Amino acid sequence: MSHTVDTDSPPKQPARQTGAFLPRLQRSGDHDLCPGCGEPLALRLLLECIEELAMAERAIGVVGIGCYTALTSLIDLDLIQALHGRAPSLATGAKRMRPDSLIFTLQGDGDMVNEGLQEVLHTAARGENVTCVLVNNGVFGETGGHMTATTVLGQRTKNTLEGRDADYHGHPILITDLISRLGGTGYAARGSVHDAKSVEAARRMLRRAFEHQLRGAGFSFVEILTMCPTGWFTPTAEGPGYLERVLAPVHALGEFVVDGRACTPGEDA
Amino acid sequence: MSRDLLEGSEAIARAALAADCRFFAGYPMTPFTELLEHFAALLPERGGACINAESELEAIGMAWGAAATGARAATGSTGQGLALMQESLSELTRAEIPLVVFNLARGQGDYFQATRGGGHGDYRLICLAPLDAAEAVELTQLAFHLADRWRHPVLVYGDYLLAHTHEAVDVAALDFGPTPDKDWAVDGALGGTGRARNLNPIGMVPGQKGIDPAVFWDRLQAKTEQIAVAEPRFEAEGCEDAELVVVAFGTLARFARHAVRALRSEGRRVGLFRPITLWPFPARALAAAAAGARRVAVLEQNAGQMIDDVRLALEGAVPVEAIGGISTDPAGFGIGPLLDAEVVRGRIHSQLEEGSR
Amino acid sequence: MSSLLSRGTVVIDRERCKGCDLCVPACPPGVLRMSGARNARGARTPELLPGCTGCGACLLVCPDFCFEVYRFDEPVLHEGAPT
Repeated sequence: MSHTVDTDSPPKQPARQTGAFLPRLQRSGDHDLCPGCGEPLALRLLLECIEELAMAERAIGVVGIGCYTALTSLIDLDLIQALHGRAPSLATGAKRMRPDSLIFTLQGDGDMVNEGLQEVLHTAARGENVTCVLVNNGVFGETGGHMTATTVLGQRTKNTLEGRDADYHGHPILITDLISRLGGTGYAARGSVHDAKSVEAARRMLRRAFEHQLRGAGFSFVEILTMCPTGWFTPTAEGPGYLERVLAPVHALGEFVVDGRACTPGEDA
Repeated sequence: MSRDLLEGSEAIARAALAADCRFFAGYPMTPFTELLEHFAALLPERGGACINAESELEAIGMAWGAAATGARAATGSTGQGLALMQESLSELTRAEIPLVVFNLARGQGDYFQATRGGGHGDYRLICLAPLDAAEAVELTQLAFHLADRWRHPVLVYGDYLLAHTHEAVDVAALDFGPTPDKDWAVDGALGGTGRARNLNPIGMVPGQKGIDPAVFWDRLQAKTEQIAVAEPRFEAEGCEDAELVVVAFGTLARFARHAVRALRSEGRRVGLFRPITLWPFPARALAAAAAGARRVAVLEQNAGQMIDDVRLALEGAVPVEAIGGISTDPAGFGIGPLLDAEVVRGRIHSQLEEGSR
Repeated sequence: MSSLLSRGTVVIDRERCKGCDLCVPACPPGVLRMSGARNARGARTPELLPGCTGCGACLLVCPDFCFEVYRFDEPVLHEGAPT
């Protein structure tokens, strides 16, 4: 019989805390998103990056509509709620009026790549100095798990129960790839949160994206693949494996554009 | 007072700048396009921003974002483009974002869109309808004032004739009085303080998990009712002894006024009632103005839209006739046969003749 | 078999845990396992065995912000036995 270590209270032995429950900019960890959801992991990174850059009092977030919208009650940053797909245009107007602010959007794939595809592409093409952050789980989570523009071929969703079929449902849109082809893009990267290593890589991407904005280096974009075991019909513990096996081979991880120059994704961030 | 000869679009743009508008976004469409051109020329030299949005959806989104940070912002289009903006108009009304929106319409067929709102849910837009460039200069500035005073979007209803007619106008800044501080505006400053804001249309409260939109929307409705009491505007001429009251708005009302004045000078007892706010519609004032009349004639350039509000205001007390109609040119821009002083006079005169039989 | 020397430890907010099980495979030394005990939500929650390195991987992958991570000033010997 092995003895477990007490984890109900801080250690009595001399120790220093190296990780807090919550980022300083997060009011609480109490949310009703599904067990095993990857979106809160991305939220932690976002808030920790803003804190590291000491930009909390100059940051404005524009939030889209999806499961992650519920996380806004947790965020201690000034926010503007946008309509589905429309966050990039609101971010544009806000940044033009407050060029010294750190303006970011937080959107899901249904929001950004379906409803709002035009918005994000034009915002990138115009080179607006804002950072758009996409949490991509390949489904419309909030409405029950239907196919989005990023759903990969063969992926089962609520309305592609036999798997997405190119002939009937068409092909997925690889949004980071698209954005990386636009002249106004200064930084574009795709990360993931399926394990601790990829979480740290995604953190570095967010950090670099914000640094691009603060330098005025053009449009910055970070896509983060997140687990959605509910939408994927998988047990929670299999979410990370599903992401790696099904989504990541199609939506390639890595940095696509740095400082306005294309680079080969797949190399370490 | 110095006056410049300006087309209506330019007068409106200059008036907006006189009101310290710092942001505009739009998408070209006749007869709104020149307004976008004027903002594009004027705003940058004042330190503002004017963006060619990729569609009307984004134009209002950009203006929403700009206004959310506390800047005076505007957008606009013509009816079809306004149609695309309806979801945003509805939502930003509920988010209490002050915004001025210009409809340079192709005639008067957008009255329903402007006053009923084509968006979802319970909301009303304050709607101002200038009859000429000089009044557009005043009402444009008033629009920014009312938007800030009430934290509510304001729609200015113009049209092709207004936009493209050159008139001598004095674009002086008008002072409508103080407006509340914009401490609600999102500028980032409260980040990390525990008191950060979330400007949203459904009553989300930072730090609170649940939402009760009904409570929030009830409060909005109460504000809407206050606006309905405080802001109706109108102009009435010759109604005190009129047997016929003509009701008209916007540029067509200018023709009606001209005809009414001419007929009065010939001894006919006819009056003009001109709503300046299409919403809140000056219903009580109309009822009072028409109280002694035998008949009310509604002159509008559409199949009959404002006439509903006229009937609602009069509640059956006076018979109401439609004397306008669909009237446009081959391109559909609204420069139709009804925009003719003789035609308008004829229609009013017929009503007087019928009434005296 | 878990190492007896712990270089770090965690505090776990068991009541917030939803039992998603992502922390267990994410732990490099493999010292997390789901216990049989359930919290008020009905979820099984993780428990910690000796050998934690304080790397913080569990904190990074937990969607419910259940972990607080510590590094000991000196490695600590926990009582333990092979699992």
